[in-house]
Amino acid sequence: MRSVMTRSTIILPILLIIALVAAFLTVQPFDYLTRGVPPDESITVESVRLDDEGIHVTIRGSSAEPTVIAQVQVDGAYRFFSMSPNQSVGYLQTANINIPYPWVRGEPHHLAFVTATGQTFEHTINVAVTTPKLTMGSLLGFALIGLFVGIVPIIIGYSFYPALLSFGESGRAFAMALTIGLLAFLLVDTLGEGLEVAEKATKALHANLAVWMSALVSCLVLLNLGRRSGRPPEGAALALFIAIGIGVHNFGEGLVIGASFAVGEIALASFLVLGFALHNVSEGVAISAPIRKDAISFMTLAKLAIIAGGPAIPGTMIGAVSVSPFWTALAFGIGAGAILQVIIEVGSNVLKRRSDGTASWQSAASLWGFISGIAIMYVTAFLVSG
Amino acid sequence: MAIKHLFPLKYRLSRRGFVVTGLAAGGAFVSHASVAKNDKNMPAARPHQGRHGATQVIGKVDHARNGFDPKDILTDWETGEVTTTQDGTRVREFVITAVDKEIEIAPGVLFPAWTYNGRIPGPSFRAKEGELIRVRFSNLGSHEHTMHFHGIHSARMDGVPGAGQVAPGDSFTYEFVAKPFGCHLYHCHSFPLKRHIHKGLYGAFIIDPDPDRHPEHADVARSRLLGTPENKRWQEFVMVMNGFDTNFDDENEFYAVNSIAFAYQHDAIRIERARPVRVYLVNATEFDPINSFHLHANFFDYYDHGTTLTPTLKTVDTIMLCQAQRGILEFSFADHEPGRYMFHAHQSEFAELGWMANFEVV
Repeated sequence: MRSVMTRSTIILPILLIIALVAAFLTVQPFDYLTRGVPPDESITVESVRLDDEGIHVTIRGSSAEPTVIAQVQVDGAYRFFSMSPNQSVGYLQTANINIPYPWVRGEPHHLAFVTATGQTFEHTINVAVTTPKLTMGSLLGFALIGLFVGIVPIIIGYSFYPALLSFGESGRAFAMALTIGLLAFLLVDTLGEGLEVAEKATKALHANLAVWMSALVSCLVLLNLGRRSGRPPEGAALALFIAIGIGVHNFGEGLVIGASFAVGEIALASFLVLGFALHNVSEGVAISAPIRKDAISFMTLAKLAIIAGGPAIPGTMIGAVSVSPFWTALAFGIGAGAILQVIIEVGSNVLKRRSDGTASWQSAASLWGFISGIAIMYVTAFLVSG
Repeated sequence: MAIKHLFPLKYRLSRRGFVVTGLAAGGAFVSHASVAKNDKNMPAARPHQGRHGATQVIGKVDHARNGFDPKDILTDWETGEVTTTQDGTRVREFVITAVDKEIEIAPGVLFPAWTYNGRIPGPSFRAKEGELIRVRFSNLGSHEHTMHFHGIHSARMDGVPGAGQVAPGDSFTYEFVAKPFGCHLYHCHSFPLKRHIHKGLYGAFIIDPDPDRHPEHADVARSRLLGTPENKRWQEFVMVMNGFDTNFDDENEFYAVNSIAFAYQHDAIRIERARPVRVYLVNATEFDPINSFHLHANFFDYYDHGTTLTPTLKTVDTIMLCQAQRGILEFSFADHEPGRYMFHAHQSEFAELGWMANFEVV
């Protein structure tokens, strides 16, 4: 029998699967259980754009059978609409619904989509504002927001570096512990944001699972990359990974900020951008902390600032022109994984730092650093809860 | 800034339709002004949709599949079979069947209805005051049903559980004398009541006055009595105000008169100016405390429950009715210029969810 144990036997399970699928599709052995049950219909509103022509909605079908949109209500009134490619939207397919409507700037509008069986799916536009178009002016505006949210605070954070060095070994321990505290906060925050956005995505896409799984995968991939030399990354290399982790997080943050602008949910834009800037200052401290004094250079710091803060710029721009919640959730998942990876690496760095028997994490400086990291992030988070 | 650009003045004024109905109805209804000319087009094909869009449903209801046309329901009185017994009693007999049926209550929206004779509202019974009424009712539906007439009858004939409730497959004959004259209704009185009514089990039940019994207003009574020369002068319509809760959350998604949302909006009811108009109005709307009727550009006399031969309200243009309340509206367009005259619920909500209609006065 040994002779059949060849690689070509992989064909066997594949054939079995094909046979199973074919048998079910032809015989449909369990359909009698659902006979007489009304068709399952489900859609999710993925994006809404408003312009001078009216309201433009992208929906995604999330039921096994196609959902037919028979009529559309705006603010409790049936309205003319057109739908493409047609009035039916299949499983995971998207369709566009255009509703000419004299919407009112700054006020909420309520949409209800009535299906062929009379089911309704509702969506509320909280504040109606014209969806930003990609003009040079708006691109520049969003790039500036990304700059202030991502890069500027990191550069300010760098400026703590000399002061921390002046405290010697304990200053370094403080900075490293602060980094871990900050990253711990970011990890929880990123996962939370990812799972929140995932709620808005079509159920069928299991966006919440995608957040967890993409976090695990990105963490493992980065761990693998970081330890290609066989050792955990240190110094400038560790700083690079911290920058990457923060960079992916800032990309997701940019998506959310951009999207909030697009749907008019930001009341005090300047205040919010300032809040994010202050919130993110400690990211600069975190990135610079592991770098040895002799290895630091202007170029290195500039490069790391761009890696960590730069993604906020495309993030904000992409978010403003609307991106489906699934992809935003996925971005947050990947960001969470990247942050988890640097927590592991900075943690292992802190654990083995000293050779005199005392681990650096046991010092008072480390404890206060960790607490400060979390506390700073927590308190400055008040500024961005808009 | 953007808002101003949404309504450029020249755009508004360039639309002929705006002048016709828009002044009275508001800009949202604009596109209907010219619908009559191209009724066969799908709304999507209308060239003048513009940025405003319009308050309307899209597509067309397949009346043939429904088995009834809202245009016919306005006037297709169910007069039954009349016989006279040896002692001279006129007996009027109706045959009616309850059936489950899917009804397209708005274009593309199918409602799993319970119906009398496969239509909503059920047949519009018309009898003469004093006749003996026999209603042979069979239930071919999936649930127990009754026919509960708003009229004067004995407890045995009340059409409630324990008195004329009919199990699926069974039948029952209701018998009573047609009185009092007026504009009445019947509906299923099985429980749960809300479900049995809003699924579609209701209809108009009109008892015409017997002129011989009302010598003081014999002429008025004759004008109300179907088939008399005086009655033929009138243009009579039955309108049952109703709603449909298609997602079963105890709120109506669609409103109408005679079931089909916006049906008479697209396909206006033709009225000859010279002849007076009489509307038998019944409110069968479930869930909402009241419904209403508002006539544009005109006033009417109103006979609450239709049980009097002189108006109970004179010269009004809006009336409101609670569920099961009904009455007769009389008005004339004799002195009006021809054109489209709207009528609708004056709860804007109901109007924009389907209870909006037009008279085409010629």
